[in-house]
Amino acid sequence: MSADFLYGIEVVINGMMAGVLYALVALGFVLIFKASGIFNFAQGVMALFAALTLVGIMEGQVPFSHLINAVFGTNIHNFGWEVPALLAILLTLVVMIVFAWAVQQFVFRHLVGQAPIILFMATIGLAYFLEGVGDLMWGSDIKTLALGLPQGGSIWVEDLTSGFGGADFYGFFIDKLDMVATVVAAVLVICLIIFAQYTKQGRAMRAVADDHQAALSVGISLNFIWVLVWSLAGLVALVAGIMWGAKSGVQFSLSLIALKALPVLMLGGFTSIPGAIVGGLIIGVGEKLFEYTIGAPFLGGATENWFAYMLALIFLVFRPQGLFGEKIIERV
Amino acid sequence: MLYREAGDFKTSYEADSQTFPIRFDRIGFWVIMAIAFGVIPFMINDYWANAIFVPFLIYAIAAIGLNILTGYCGQVSLGTGGFMAVGAYACYKLMTSFPDVSIIIHVILAGGITAVVGAAFGLPSLRIKGFYLAVATLAAQFFLIWLFNKVPWFYNYSASGQISAPERFVGGFAVTGANTAAPAKYLICLVFLTVCALIARNLTRGTIGRSWMAIRDMDIAAEIIGVNPLKAKLTAFAVSSFFIGIAGALFFAVYLGAVEVGEAFGIQKSFLVLFMVIIGGLGSIFGSFAGAAFLVLLPVALKVIGVDLLGWPTDLVAHLQLVIVGALIMFFLIKEPHGLAQLWRLTKEKLRLWPFPY
Repeated sequence: MSADFLYGIEVVINGMMAGVLYALVALGFVLIFKASGIFNFAQGVMALFAALTLVGIMEGQVPFSHLINAVFGTNIHNFGWEVPALLAILLTLVVMIVFAWAVQQFVFRHLVGQAPIILFMATIGLAYFLEGVGDLMWGSDIKTLALGLPQGGSIWVEDLTSGFGGADFYGFFIDKLDMVATVVAAVLVICLIIFAQYTKQGRAMRAVADDHQAALSVGISLNFIWVLVWSLAGLVALVAGIMWGAKSGVQFSLSLIALKALPVLMLGGFTSIPGAIVGGLIIGVGEKLFEYTIGAPFLGGATENWFAYMLALIFLVFRPQGLFGEKIIERV
Repeated sequence: MLYREAGDFKTSYEADSQTFPIRFDRIGFWVIMAIAFGVIPFMINDYWANAIFVPFLIYAIAAIGLNILTGYCGQVSLGTGGFMAVGAYACYKLMTSFPDVSIIIHVILAGGITAVVGAAFGLPSLRIKGFYLAVATLAAQFFLIWLFNKVPWFYNYSASGQISAPERFVGGFAVTGANTAAPAKYLICLVFLTVCALIARNLTRGTIGRSWMAIRDMDIAAEIIGVNPLKAKLTAFAVSSFFIGIAGALFFAVYLGAVEVGEAFGIQKSFLVLFMVIIGGLGSIFGSFAGAAFLVLLPVALKVIGVDLLGWPTDLVAHLQLVIVGALIMFFLIKEPHGLAQLWRLTKEKLRLWPFPY
């Protein structure tokens, strides 16, 4: 096999791994959209906020220390302890659940029945708010997430695959962190599907997604389900935040993964969990392959920013509801 | 007492269908125009022009443009930043290619070029609706920014990749370049805004505006009663992009002078203009003004209070500003989803009956 072809395969594998991470973010969107009809733009910022909180708790930072110092003229920064990773993750999860409750209690409970565009704008407002709160609480400098996840290329895979090609091929280069992320994301997706299919709360969640009024009439509390869904989205955001944060540091650009997840959603359909996964894989592989074959050699590179959107746009012209979305029926 | 239609008799159809049917409104309009054209230019200095007036006027044009598309025609667009970039780069290429032609013609032509680009990106709106369309317009945003970054022809092969406006004159006064006086900047933006607002107001009252609103309320029903959706949607995209292109050209040439595309016309700009439209009020020209004024003034006010009065560090105030803007947006949406324009409308209703509401 020629080396170019093998590199192509490597690109595809890396693309699929990136795609799994996109799918993970997209899942958070789908969960909330299905249950409440809210298109949650703040999902990316939630991932950033979760990662910031995790780092802050692990390092024992005092929340809002910057603000407190500016107002009272004090000079405090740290509690002086360090929290083990697992406990810190649990604490962060508690923070995300409190956040979910607050969002439901103070914002979206008052917006039930509004037009979708209004709800969407509210989530953009929420994104700004959360970004500001995250920066105020933990500071805006770039942080490293030291969870002890493996980093760097996998020698093992390189050694194993170097025999496929000729003398100029050294085996597939695959980041260990990407492999871990793929496994974690896959496990999380399976857990979510099991939760939605087989538990009482999961069934209630699906009932709400199907029909609000019918769910209400059989005694399901809409408020509880919405808090639950936002909490689940918080969990997904935490996992996505850990994976992306370990990869490129915890910083503002982390919140831009929301923009990566949008074309995935369009492609897969806003209401479909399998759609999010398949869409993520198609976008991940597609953008890496396009960059490798056409973007970098002919168009000057950095095509990844828009290619996913163009691909989704072309798909949508032929299937306006996405690959797996519910068929849109309009009546006069 | 003053604000009522009683006693203000109309004797012709023209008088009956004028923009401001109530006399108090008409007087108010002319007073504001007199102040804007006759008083402010003589009092304005560089700080007021650059911090408040010029950005307000330019954002108001962009907000009117987006309001036509989103508020009147119901097509949510997140590509405003990209279309503003088209206007800016078109203006730059025209200014450097035809240095003898007046800048005013360049700005209008830049709007025309943006209208063509906008209509092209509006084509998918015939099949894609709602949120799917909103996300699809992001394709325009990212693709256009990437294009202006990667193709050197657009920035005349300059080493920095930036574009900077050469000096141009209108009637002997510099309006672009480093030596522009504050009143000149202010006046050229004001003239463009006034003309744009008048055009927009009259378009939205006429046949074409009614067909946009029919499409917004329900496109299938509109099609059945004889509105051509192709024509309505594409004209909405074209007209909206025309205004946004003019705003982009002015933003680059008059306000900033030199532009790096990703920074000046990034996705943040799209959101900013969309916020202006939503906070101001969808489907209202007055709302575009109110929203632009609100979001231009808010950061300035917060900075004055936080940095100058309380002496807090700048980065802290910047973060607080995010929190406050976000919280205000949510608060507004909860309290009044139809924006400042609706508040103004309610106030006027109350005023008409004041002081004897029963």
